[in-house]
Amino acid sequence: METTVAEKYRTVIGLEFHIQLVTESKMFCTCSAQYAAHPPNTVVCPVCLGLPGALPVINEKVIECIVMAGLALNCTIPEYAKFDRKNYPYPDLPKGYQISQFDLPFCIGGRLTLDEEDGGRTIGITRVHQEEDTAKSTHVTAPSGERYSLVDFNRSGVPLMEVVTEPDIATPQEAAAFGRKLRQIVRYLGISTANMENGAMRCDANISVWPAEASMGDVKVEVKNMNSFRSVERALEFEQARQTRILEGGVDTRITETRGWVEATGETVSQRTKEEAHDYRYFPEPDLPPLQLSPQWVSGVEEKLPELPAAKRQRFMADYELSAYDARLLTQSQELADYFETASARAKNAKAVANWMSRNLLQRLNESDTEINDCPIAPADLAELVLLIDSGEISNRTAQEVFDHMFDTGKSARKIVAEQGLTQISDESALETIVAQVIAENPAAVQDFNQGKKRAIGFLVGQVMKATRGKANPGIVNQKLQEELRQG
Amino acid sequence: MNLSELTVHEAQDRLRRGETTSAALTEAVLAQIEALDETVRAFVTVTADEARAQAQAADARRAQEGADAPPLLGIPAAIKDVVNTKGVRTTCSSRMLENYVPPYDATVMEKLNAHGIVLVGKTNMDEFAMGSSTEHSAFFTTRNPWDTERVPGGSSGGSAAAVAADEAVFSLGSDTGGSIRQPAALCGVVGMKPTYGRVSRYGLVAFASSLDQIGPFTKDVTDCAIVLEAICGHDRRDATSAPQPVPNWREEMTQSVKGLRVGVPKEYFGAGIEPEVEASVRAAIEQLAALGVAVEDVSLPHTDHALATYYIIAPAEASANLARYDGIKYGYASQDAETMWEAYSRTRGEGFGSEVKRRILVGTHALSSGYYDAYYLKAQKVRTLIANDFQEAFARVDAIVCPTSATVAFKIGERVDDPMSMYLSDLYTLPCNVAGLPGISQPCGLAQGLPVGLQFLGKPFDESTLLRLAYAYEQASGARYKPALTSGAAQT
Amino acid sequence: MPDTEHTEAISRKDVQHVADLARLALSPEEEERFQHQLSAVFEHFAMLNELDTEHISPTAQVIPLTNVMRPDAAEPPLPKEDVLANAPDREEDQFRVRAILDF
Ligand SMILES: [Mg+2]
Ligand SMILES: [Zn+2]
Repeated sequence: METTVAEKYRTVIGLEFHIQLVTESKMFCTCSAQYAAHPPNTVVCPVCLGLPGALPVINEKVIECIVMAGLALNCTIPEYAKFDRKNYPYPDLPKGYQISQFDLPFCIGGRLTLDEEDGGRTIGITRVHQEEDTAKSTHVTAPSGERYSLVDFNRSGVPLMEVVTEPDIATPQEAAAFGRKLRQIVRYLGISTANMENGAMRCDANISVWPAEASMGDVKVEVKNMNSFRSVERALEFEQARQTRILEGGVDTRITETRGWVEATGETVSQRTKEEAHDYRYFPEPDLPPLQLSPQWVSGVEEKLPELPAAKRQRFMADYELSAYDARLLTQSQELADYFETASARAKNAKAVANWMSRNLLQRLNESDTEINDCPIAPADLAELVLLIDSGEISNRTAQEVFDHMFDTGKSARKIVAEQGLTQISDESALETIVAQVIAENPAAVQDFNQGKKRAIGFLVGQVMKATRGKANPGIVNQKLQEELRQG
Repeated sequence: MNLSELTVHEAQDRLRRGETTSAALTEAVLAQIEALDETVRAFVTVTADEARAQAQAADARRAQEGADAPPLLGIPAAIKDVVNTKGVRTTCSSRMLENYVPPYDATVMEKLNAHGIVLVGKTNMDEFAMGSSTEHSAFFTTRNPWDTERVPGGSSGGSAAAVAADEAVFSLGSDTGGSIRQPAALCGVVGMKPTYGRVSRYGLVAFASSLDQIGPFTKDVTDCAIVLEAICGHDRRDATSAPQPVPNWREEMTQSVKGLRVGVPKEYFGAGIEPEVEASVRAAIEQLAALGVAVEDVSLPHTDHALATYYIIAPAEASANLARYDGIKYGYASQDAETMWEAYSRTRGEGFGSEVKRRILVGTHALSSGYYDAYYLKAQKVRTLIANDFQEAFARVDAIVCPTSATVAFKIGERVDDPMSMYLSDLYTLPCNVAGLPGISQPCGLAQGLPVGLQFLGKPFDESTLLRLAYAYEQASGARYKPALTSGAAQT
Repeated sequence: MPDTEHTEAISRKDVQHVADLARLALSPEEEERFQHQLSAVFEHFAMLNELDTEHISPTAQVIPLTNVMRPDAAEPPLPKEDVLANAPDREEDQFRVRAILDF
């Protein structure tokens, strides 16, 4: 049998993520970390502007966040950690060095297991470390054609967590799945918005393709500039194909380089032709004493860890008897899972709530690009809807309509039902059955009516109302009775 | 007696008794600057107008607070131009920061301003505190008031010369490898480097972060204790700031020295020491012995290695600390570059002087790939050995006594072109920085008519013992060292 | 190649490489002078090799402090005018620099 191109090669991918942490203040100074909404250079101080003489002081919340992330990623938290200076002069780096971590990061040697649906493989995590974000530069081309850049230091010093994986990832799809899984965990922890689109989560990928049986060489291509997981997948697919094509050509002309993903063209392009070897000259940050995280402190953080997606999914399947599909869907985010649990506790019918959510709610949210936190239907309202159905007050068909109204208007189910008279049984076919039953059960009254005692119809209407516990529409009942009796 | 000659405590006494005013004191000091600074050149910036306003405010405050007024209220002081002063140009004697006006005060300035000092100006220094003579100032060389053909020492030469020439009642300097004690010795004043962590470094423009420490220059030991009490203390803005409480040094220093043990390290009386310097220091040690201080020989075997250790660690840290001067946020910016990188390196090439460039190169090389272990890591390990030497010595003695500098003030131009000979000026001062210890220098005589410095080194946070020894010696010797140039200068 | 390249501890190329890393423009005269001076300095540093430090741990900081941190609380920033007051070049509220090109 002939080996396919795909079988002849293997792809080796390692990922690096930079994730902004959500804190009140920046990493090493007391400026607000919520810089995004502010005009340029209005959330800066001597420290994050790198003024002569200013000194950094560690934000304790950041250390807790990163240890939390490390624990969630099954990392070891060494007892001793320190910060180092990473030297690289650049206009967006106000001190000319970045305070980062070199040989003693906060978290080492973790792993993350992908969902079965994504292949279920376990990806090794080399390290999770803490560093500070850079300033933001904007490129300008003046009408005259002159090109220059503008620098805004608001983002300078915002806490960044860097997550580095082992080169364990085998396909572009797996890379994207890993990214989504990491994003999910980080969001569960509540330590980052982890939005790729606005740069709160950034991904760089190292990818190289090698002949399946040969040992790996040392060429490493780094791909940057992907601002969605879809782009990560596409960029890596492009790169995989490009490298495979080169290898197929018989001469390996690849070089270690950085390539940028260009969304518009769907290609990666080389960013550095002459690869100036980086020499970051790391050395221990003399302005910051090291950290000694006691096992007791670490277990204190561990106790604060929320239930993570994998565990929650298992629990939803076990406790609520949800399908694997529904359980995965409803544990996508902490907020969604919380919504489900709040609603199902009130409705006392988890399966029905799960159904409503997976079949209706998520679709409507998706269509309207709405987050679960901004959902017009509160968990209690969804529960009420389920209760109305379960008590037989409204039919499933009616409920469908009620749900759409609820989503559109934000009104409660009961209110909609009352406003639209949906509590009444106006369903003609339903009423016909009851009317027929009442006629069959009351031959005397029917006889009276037929004998001209027109008032006997009043009794029969009463009987229908009684049978429907007052929810039948009297007008329709009257009309139906008249029809039935005349026909009879 | 001219008011500018007063010490802090003498001025304080007069102010408290209402015999003089801060305004008068400030005028006397400004007059002294006016008369002498053309010759001495201690100041980069004189803030006469601000000083007069501050003096008036100080007098008004004294009228309100009376006996409760803080000890430095209304005292004219000079600050090394490496300490950030809000609204007052802070140049580090560099072209790079020639027009830089900081938007914030260093913590020491906040403390001194809370006392109500009168800032008379910012003093000259070796550029970014790199040097031992102030010849590496980008602006001009400060002269030694004892002999204007000679250097005042450095890098805090301006601060030392200002106090020696009565152009300030006290001043602040910074000491990374001896930059307070060596100029204090060469100018005949008292200078102290507190334990690393005693004084907040927030707002001190960094040279070598793990070595830098701010300290006072004063006319006597009592003043040193007074100023020290004002500037020390924990600061939440400096993570390396020590939590230790600030003692009442002015009181503690008066305790008897009888029974204290001091060690004389043989390595500090080596080949390069001038015989007259050694004679003065030995005489001072004998005087201490006469006061009941037990004197014994100690050894600090790695002293010879301290210079190399220091000149690896300090430039390495400096190479990073000085990376921020890129012509973007502040400071000098080269105008005629085409590209960003060209602008970057031309700004730095044009904005920094030779010594700064030299040290950036040394530090960058010592940290660079392939050399880190051989130089930087090695130096950090030897740093441990040097600190251990002191620890072992302090197991036997309460303090170490030695010369501050092997020589008296040298001639301007004598060492400036030979970095190694200049670096040797700090041989006796830099081990103390490497180990983070406190050290004090005080005058102990004259050699060839030039001041000689006596140095005490102490255990971490034991400034108290150093001040006791220095005060006892000062009282016993009874000498006060004043350069001829100051007498009657302002009256002319 | 001049003889000094072989006898001195620091070559001209070393100086150029290090100056490049430090983004420091040097004139040819400076390169030459610094080569000699650095060579002398690094020759002196070689004396550290006579010490056996294999089992000695490095000292990065002399103070025995650990875990120095501050609570996560925001304080007011610098006034905007102070931020840009020293800027060599600005455009409205931003620092202006020559075009930053990654490659
Ligand atoms: Mg990073
Ligand atoms: Zn800030």
